[in-house]
Amino acid sequence: MPDASLLGQVKDFANRANPYPVYAKLRETPVSRQDDGTGDGTWVAATHDTIARLLQDPRVSSDTQPPADRPRTGNPLTDLIVKPLKDWMMDRHRVFIFRDPPDHDALRAAVMHQFSRERVQAMRARSDRLVADLLDAKSGAREIDAVDDLAYPLPVTVICELFGVPREDEPKFHGWATQLATALEPDSLSDTEIRAKNSRTFDAIGGYMADLIKDKRKHPRDDMLSGLANHATPEGAKMGDYDLVATSILMLVAGHETTVNLITNGLLTLLRHPDELERLRQDPLRAPRVIEELMRYEPPVQFRTRRTLSAIDIAGVTIPKAADLVLLLASGNRDAAVFPDPDRFDPDRTGTRHLGFGGSLHYCVGAPLARFEAEAALTALAARLKAPRLIEDPPPYRPGAALRGPEHLRVAIDGIA
Amino acid sequence: MSASADAPPGSPPGLRVSVDLNLCQAYAQCCYAAPRHFRIEGHEALYYDPAPAAQDRDDIERARVACPVQAIRVEDPERRG
Amino acid sequence: MARTSERAVIVGAGLAALRGAEAMRAAGFSGPLAVIGAEPHYPYDRPPLSKHVLAGAIPADATTLPGIHGLDADWHLGNPAIGLDRGRRAVLLADGRDLPYDRLLIATGTRARPWPNPHEGRLAGVFTLRGRDDAAALRRALAAGPRRVLVIGGGFIGCEVASLCRKLGLPVTLVEPGPTPLARVLGSTVGAFIGAIHAGHGVEIRCGAEVEWLEDAEGRLVRAHLVDGSRIDADVAVIALGAVRNTEWLDGSGLSADPGGVDCDASGHVHDTDGQTDPRIAAAGDVARFSHPLYEGRRVALEHWSHAAAQAVHAGRLLAGTPPGEPYGALPTFWSTQGDLVVKSAGLTEGADAVAITQGDPAAGRFIALYGRAGRCIAALSVDSARWLPAHAEMVAAGAPFPPHGAAADRPKAIKILEPGFS
Repeated sequence: MPDASLLGQVKDFANRANPYPVYAKLRETPVSRQDDGTGDGTWVAATHDTIARLLQDPRVSSDTQPPADRPRTGNPLTDLIVKPLKDWMMDRHRVFIFRDPPDHDALRAAVMHQFSRERVQAMRARSDRLVADLLDAKSGAREIDAVDDLAYPLPVTVICELFGVPREDEPKFHGWATQLATALEPDSLSDTEIRAKNSRTFDAIGGYMADLIKDKRKHPRDDMLSGLANHATPEGAKMGDYDLVATSILMLVAGHETTVNLITNGLLTLLRHPDELERLRQDPLRAPRVIEELMRYEPPVQFRTRRTLSAIDIAGVTIPKAADLVLLLASGNRDAAVFPDPDRFDPDRTGTRHLGFGGSLHYCVGAPLARFEAEAALTALAARLKAPRLIEDPPPYRPGAALRGPEHLRVAIDGIA
Repeated sequence: MSASADAPPGSPPGLRVSVDLNLCQAYAQCCYAAPRHFRIEGHEALYYDPAPAAQDRDDIERARVACPVQAIRVEDPERRG
Repeated sequence: MARTSERAVIVGAGLAALRGAEAMRAAGFSGPLAVIGAEPHYPYDRPPLSKHVLAGAIPADATTLPGIHGLDADWHLGNPAIGLDRGRRAVLLADGRDLPYDRLLIATGTRARPWPNPHEGRLAGVFTLRGRDDAAALRRALAAGPRRVLVIGGGFIGCEVASLCRKLGLPVTLVEPGPTPLARVLGSTVGAFIGAIHAGHGVEIRCGAEVEWLEDAEGRLVRAHLVDGSRIDADVAVIALGAVRNTEWLDGSGLSADPGGVDCDASGHVHDTDGQTDPRIAAAGDVARFSHPLYEGRRVALEHWSHAAAQAVHAGRLLAGTPPGEPYGALPTFWSTQGDLVVKSAGLTEGADAVAITQGDPAAGRFIALYGRAGRCIAALSVDSARWLPAHAEMVAAGAPFPPHGAAADRPKAIKILEPGFS
């Protein structure tokens, strides 16, 4: 049955290229209950103020995942003994974007300790080199696909090198990452088929990671996975193996599925605003402002789900306890109460507190890396693409509503400088 | 002593940075953008360089722009804003 | 809007003075603007003095604030105001000159309360910490590697200095007459939690103790003698006994001013001893005493960085002739970096009858303490938990019911209501 609610329209693929008019309708009621056929409905926060408040409200939990329920195999031994154990282990060792403090804080702190400034700075320099090589490889071309030729391979190479995943294994991750990213889509909470697929994918990638972790223990290198596998945090905490596998998967999936959209949305937006593309070409130091505005204007993660631990009075409504919540980050970013002329792409805005990287305890871990990669990619594209033109506008989009971005971005060029 | 506002005495030429530490929530984005000028000690104690050299302005600008709570203020005598 | 021929004078050259001057310019005031400072320095940022500067991370003179360039002001530095003649509308300077004004902002702030015995207070090795020069001198003394630092007073500055000494690896003793550090502002319950964290880092804390006199050996401090007869050998002592408001220069001006501040009405204008508002004069920052609308109009003078900045912007707009629509009433907030520990607060704890730990765990060194009075939230304090503070600040601003009920992340199953421990 088609879902006619505004949230249903957000999820509707027909609105993928431009969900912003639906968001504008949602903002007319800052926090609304959307009847999405799940019984209790889903509560959607759509204004900057309500999203920012709910992001930092301790009554709002990130533990949104229903209990693990792996598909049955028909083998009684597996279904009665192995399955409940595995379900229990999965619930106990969820990835930390779906966990609350104090567990969340300990896992995140361990990651942050390894996600050091030195490692990120090294990847900053590496990004410049990778972008140059990727563009050099297209020299002579009269058309590029910004996704396949740059926006996908760049972050994927960076996350693999940073984490210590052999680059030759990367093709395996492509499908795994795409599948697991669906866990951020609201339907994944209720759709048993998606959940079964995710569970199988988690097993496959988990098996790979467990082997890789063993290898990192035997042959530690200077990469994040070796660090997580072999060293404790300054507080003395060391991750257990199950958490380590889950955390590694989270980092790799995040590295595959988000920055690609930032770079692609970035080029798409600049091609739609040729004056801004030209300004960036002339002044590459505009890039940080361009990128921050892109994170407001076309954020790769459009919304996140949460769950209430207690009833919350906000904006004239009471969200009941144990309610499903959607924080529509990309809508808050278009809220005229905070951003004058919100639908205008304007890198010269000041004091921009956008919600593109989320906020509070779950603020995007990879944000600094995403910024450096996007800066490397967009400044190089601005500098080197000769007379770039969009071949299709809007471009074809990937299925996700939460992780939203073009599947391909074909650009005609007169060459690459 | 009267003095001209254009040349604060005893201050090296360069940038002026101040961070509203009431707003700061230790997101540490500045520490990644400009690692030589910002660092977090402990869980959330931000230590920063209030007078960076002018040649570091690009990283300081990256730090200012990236701050999720927009707590960083920079004065650049050569750019005036 | 003020006519451009009018003259503005700002007395004081700290954060409030600078932000006030900026706000006047931003609101369109284009007349001559003079700033008078007692110290020979352009406005500088004080919070780093007791932290970054003492740590040696930055030199004291690197703390000059942004915003001085482009202000188009006439600076009178190292030349304190010594009097105010409202009849002639002139500020009297120490060098004998008069500065006429049409609009006047009083932002003279505070100074460190000195050690009561002036001779002992002048001994080599005895310091107060308020200004940039104080910080530079104390930094030199700490860098020289004293055998032991004695901190007299366990308020925020005392805790900042003591914890910083531990960061520098220096032996340090903190002497505080109250039952715990920070007891006056936070109560002894929360004070004990924070004190325990500092003690865990090696600060020797002597509560319920008082220094009676400082021993002089050829002009140098060698030890402190406590009221109970015990002695502490120390070659550096930091007097951290709080601040005194700089209002003496207003004696005889007819304004309602005393060591507790200069009185302002709801708009931000000062008033005189007859309760009459002087529409040409406003006050802002540490020195301004005003009725806080969030606290039933209780008269307060707040020594907080954010308050100085925000109230000065309010006063600057007022003096420029574009008054803000409503009285100044921002929720008071402050932070204190104590070694690697960050303590932040929203609201005023004064009068609290209960306190509860609503997030985290004092034993783990990270928590939120929420203060209640008569069943309402009046203040919240975060210790290394800054991202939980805004939600609690909102409860304080709204006067939400205390204690909060219902489940929340990282919240104990049953919230324990504790005595705050104010004496």
